[in-house]
Amino acid sequence: MSRIDRRFAALKAAGRTGLIPFVTAGDPAPEHTVALMHALVDAGADVIELGVPFSDPMADGPVIQHASERAIAKGAGLADVLKWVTAFRERDQDTPVVLMGYLNPVEIHGYERFAAEAVRAGVDGVLVVDCPLEEADVLTPLRNAGLQQILLAAPTTAPARMAQLCEAAEGFLYYVSFAGITGAGRLSTQDIAARVADIRQRAKAPVAVGFGVKDAQSAKAISGFADAVVIGSALVERLDGANTAQDIVARVGDFLRPIRTALDAA
Amino acid sequence: MPTIQDFNQWPDAHGRFGNFGGQYVAETLMAPLAELTEAYLRLREDPEFLAELDRDLTHYVGRPSPIYHAEHLSRHVGGARILLKREDLNHTGAHKINNTIGQALVAKRMGKPRVIAETGAGQHGVATATVAARFGLKCVVYMGAVDIERQKINVYRMKLLGAEVVPVTSGSKTLKDALNEAMRDWVTNVADTFYIIGTVAGPHPYPMMVRDFNAIVGREAREQMLQQYGRLPDVLTACVGGGSNAIGLFHAFLNDGDVRIVGAEAAGEGIATGHHAASLAAGRPGVLHGNRTYVLCDDNGQITETHSVSAGLDYPGVGPEHAFLKDAGRAEYVGVTDDEALEAFHLLARTEGILAALESSHAVAQAMKLARELPKDGIVLCNLSGRGDKDVHTIAAREGVQV
Repeated sequence: MSRIDRRFAALKAAGRTGLIPFVTAGDPAPEHTVALMHALVDAGADVIELGVPFSDPMADGPVIQHASERAIAKGAGLADVLKWVTAFRERDQDTPVVLMGYLNPVEIHGYERFAAEAVRAGVDGVLVVDCPLEEADVLTPLRNAGLQQILLAAPTTAPARMAQLCEAAEGFLYYVSFAGITGAGRLSTQDIAARVADIRQRAKAPVAVGFGVKDAQSAKAISGFADAVVIGSALVERLDGANTAQDIVARVGDFLRPIRTALDAA
Repeated sequence: MPTIQDFNQWPDAHGRFGNFGGQYVAETLMAPLAELTEAYLRLREDPEFLAELDRDLTHYVGRPSPIYHAEHLSRHVGGARILLKREDLNHTGAHKINNTIGQALVAKRMGKPRVIAETGAGQHGVATATVAARFGLKCVVYMGAVDIERQKINVYRMKLLGAEVVPVTSGSKTLKDALNEAMRDWVTNVADTFYIIGTVAGPHPYPMMVRDFNAIVGREAREQMLQQYGRLPDVLTACVGGGSNAIGLFHAFLNDGDVRIVGAEAAGEGIATGHHAASLAAGRPGVLHGNRTYVLCDDNGQITETHSVSAGLDYPGVGPEHAFLKDAGRAEYVGVTDDEALEAFHLLARTEGILAALESSHAVAQAMKLARELPKDGIVLCNLSGRGDKDVHTIAAREGVQV
């Protein structure tokens, strides 16, 4: 059983909704990324989604694009991300880490090489935003090495395709709660509730819902019908400008703890 | 199994040209792309649609465009005959309208009242704004802030045509960032919006669809060659940024094995300086903007900023079919520097009375090189993809002239 599977099994047993914060590796300060990851766990994260900076993040909104640009300007790249995960694992062997990013950095790094290095670093899953199921053959070396491929599903996903995604899902299935880019503010809770309920019945993995979740209230609204909630842009925005480990840790706590509390109270 | 020699059967059903192309996009775009693919595959076989397209190409765009023997230029160069396919004579002044007319007709048939586009030099933006005005579609054009500064006249033209021009300030503030932004708009507004991509890049079906609409250039040229010269050219050349005018000229000749094909990429200040946009000549296979192709990127996989004097060639990727033709050995891709392009621009202006676009001037420079290698009865067919009126200010500024 993978680290991700164990974590979701534990959540289910405890009747809790998972909290999956997303941060861009290297932002706001590359030297504090490891501290940031520990802070996320201390504030209640169940799984960490760590963004791999990319110059052309087509599916992300301006907040995450700017975080990527800041991280790249400070020299952060895929090799650094793997180093930070390795360092994180020295103190934390339990919290699953999913790398989220785009295909080109992995392709240039080399699929076999990336797979081996990521497993050695302690990465558990990979969400390659611009690699849908149809193109996922290139990720075979990653799967063979034991990295779970986190798939996206969207409100626009056609029924036949949704069935395929549910069948292929591993780790967790990431449902983007509206047809759009990350960080935009639209969310019709009833719509999502109905669709997610259906997907949860069919998917071979737990369902996490994200895109547009920004505070305790919106997280709580989702918690009733999702296995986990993903929070990205709002957190990244909150961290912008923090440049000491202390400040980063404080901001993470202030932002995530109320959300954790709301999820557990729901 | 398709054989590599028949170039007409690409892309395959997955939108792949050999190892290149495909649909490398987020899940949210898969449904809109499927809807578009389905609609386009139906329309490309629909006689009514094709007749409507034909009428517009004839009476609105002004096709066919002539092939013109540039005798004075050829004599000056002192080699083979240089023929120019005069896409600069099209309505709006470039080949771009062949594609925008086609896509706007698809948008209309799909019932989408709003079109969006990305633009580099502004030619595709103008061509999109033009057809949007003609078909009564709302039009938003994304353009990098740097390009807006370089191409003020085209920005104003788009506004005159009723389009909204949105400056893009992320990344390098050029074409690739405009494309990212347009893609975001599309993901968010897909229900009522059609994305008119301006080049043969992006996810399937765009490389195929944009090629199909531009392939009229090569079909015409091939027929004109046979009618007027009784033979095919020895070599074709065209400039390659994303590669739409080039694939437009090349495609009808791909199965003519004796016709050599050379694409001219922007070598900027020279490939060795690193300041260029020659993805095929100096890049490596990667994934950008929804397709696998040759890209310019660093060892971390970050797409690098490019340089060319011509905004329309300033792009770090290239259409996947060109990547395929390169690897298949069917076409060669070489670099032409800013200086060579400017020299060709001036020479063509003085010898033939034609102001070529800076993009097309790269092709003219390459045609001159190729003509020198061939005997006098040889023929180089060069795609003069656009006219240079839009570049007059850039050239003046570069040469220290106050206009």
